[in-house]
Amino acid sequence: MNDARPPQVSTSPSGMASAARARVLESARPVLSGEGLVRRFGATEALRGIDVEVREGEIVAVMGPSGSGKSTLLHCLAGILRPDEGRVVFDGRRIDDLGEGERSRLRRSAFGFVFQFGQLVPELPAVENVALPLLLDGVPRARAMVAAAAMFPKLGLEGLEGRRPGEVSGGQAQRIAVARALVVEPRVLFADEPTGSLDSLAGEQVMELLTGAARAARVTVLLVTHEPRIAAYADRELIVRDGRVSNGASA
Amino acid sequence: MSTAHALLGLLEPAPRHGYALKRMFDRYFAPDRPLAFGQVYATLGRLERDGNVVVAGTDQAEGPERRFFAITGQGSQTLASWLAEPIDPEPHLQATLFTKVTLAVLTGRPVTQLLDAQRHAHLARMRELTTLRRTASLPNALLADYALFHLEADLRWIELTAARIGELANQIPPLLPAEELAPPHRETVE
Repeated sequence: MNDARPPQVSTSPSGMASAARARVLESARPVLSGEGLVRRFGATEALRGIDVEVREGEIVAVMGPSGSGKSTLLHCLAGILRPDEGRVVFDGRRIDDLGEGERSRLRRSAFGFVFQFGQLVPELPAVENVALPLLLDGVPRARAMVAAAAMFPKLGLEGLEGRRPGEVSGGQAQRIAVARALVVEPRVLFADEPTGSLDSLAGEQVMELLTGAARAARVTVLLVTHEPRIAAYADRELIVRDGRVSNGASA
Repeated sequence: MSTAHALLGLLEPAPRHGYALKRMFDRYFAPDRPLAFGQVYATLGRLERDGNVVVAGTDQAEGPERRFFAITGQGSQTLASWLAEPIDPEPHLQATLFTKVTLAVLTGRPVTQLLDAQRHAHLARMRELTTLRRTASLPNALLADYALFHLEADLRWIELTAARIGELANQIPPLLPAEELAPPHRETVE
C-alpha cells in the first residue's frame, strides 16, 4: 500500500510543464553556491560543512527543523553572515571574503529579501515602501515611483498603492514586501519564512504570486520554510539537519 | 470511496441508465480512473437486490435495451445515513511507513535515510499537486488540496519521528525475549 499518491487527480498536463521546466533548469548555469560552509556561534556549530549549488532561475526550498541551521545557511549565502570556513560564490565570484561595504552593496543591487514580518515602514504608503530600495540606491524619485507602481499588478495589489502598512491585511503586507524585494530586479531572492505569520489561504496566495513573479522575471529564489505546503511551490528542496544537508535523494 | 453510495447519490435527482451513471461517476469522482462497466452493473445489481434501487423502465429506441434505474425511499435513507456518518479516521501511513521504521530500528538500518527518502517522495508529489492546482477547476483544486493536507500530515509525522529516532531505538523492545529464541546450536547436537 502506498498512499503517497492519492487517486483521481490527473497530473498529465501540468506534470509535463514541470518536467519541461526541470529540463530547462538542469541546463541552467549555477548562480550561487556554498562550498564546505562552516559557521559557529560560540561553541555551537550551526553549519557543519554544507555544499549547495543553486542554478539560475531555480526556486529552492530550504527545509529542516528549528535550529537545524537553515536560516544561518541562508544568511551565509546572502552575504549577511560570513562563514568561518568554506566559500560562497555568486555569479562566478567569491563573495564571502568581501568587506562589509562591498557585501552590503551586493545585497542591495543583486539580492532581494523577504522576512516573516515587520519589514515595511509604517509611516510610508505602500508604493513608497516598494520604491524604498531604489531610492536608497540613488534612483531619481519619479523613476523609482513609476517602477514601484508597476510592481502592484504583478502581485495582485492594484489599488493599494496609497495605503499604509497598518491599513492592509497581513497577506497584502507580505506581498508589498515581495514587491519591494523584486523591484530592484534582483538575481536572487532570499525569503525566510515569508508566510510564517499568515493563515494557509493568505500564505498560499503570497507563494502563488511570489513564485509566479519570480518565474516570470527568471529570478532565483531561496526559500526557507518548515511548511511542506509552502515548500511544494519550489522546484526542489534541500533538507538541513544538524548543520548538514541531509543525504536523502533530492527530487 | 463507496461506489454504491456515489451511484445512489447520482440517482437521487432523477432515474438514469447505467451508461449515464458511469459517465457521471467518471466526470465527478474519477477523471483519472474510469469505472469499468462491469463494476457499474454489478453495483447496481447489488443495490437492486438490497432494495435501494428499482428498475424504473426500459428504453429500446435504438440498439440494445437500456434499463433505467431509480432510487427507492430506502435507497435515499441509505445514502443519507452514509453521508451523516463520519469516516473512520484512517491512519494512512501507519501500515507501511511505521512498519518500515520499526523494522529499520530492529535490524539496525539507518532510519533517517528511509525517512528522508520518503520525505522527498512526498514533497515531489506535493509539488505535482501544487502545479496541477494552479490550472485546475475548483472541484479538482479542492481534491488536490485534500491530498496536499494529508501528505502534509504524513510529513509532520516523519519530521517528528526523525527528531526522535535516538529515543525510539531505546524504547523498541528487542526482537524476542531470550527464552523464546531458538536454543543455541550446540545444544541441538548430541
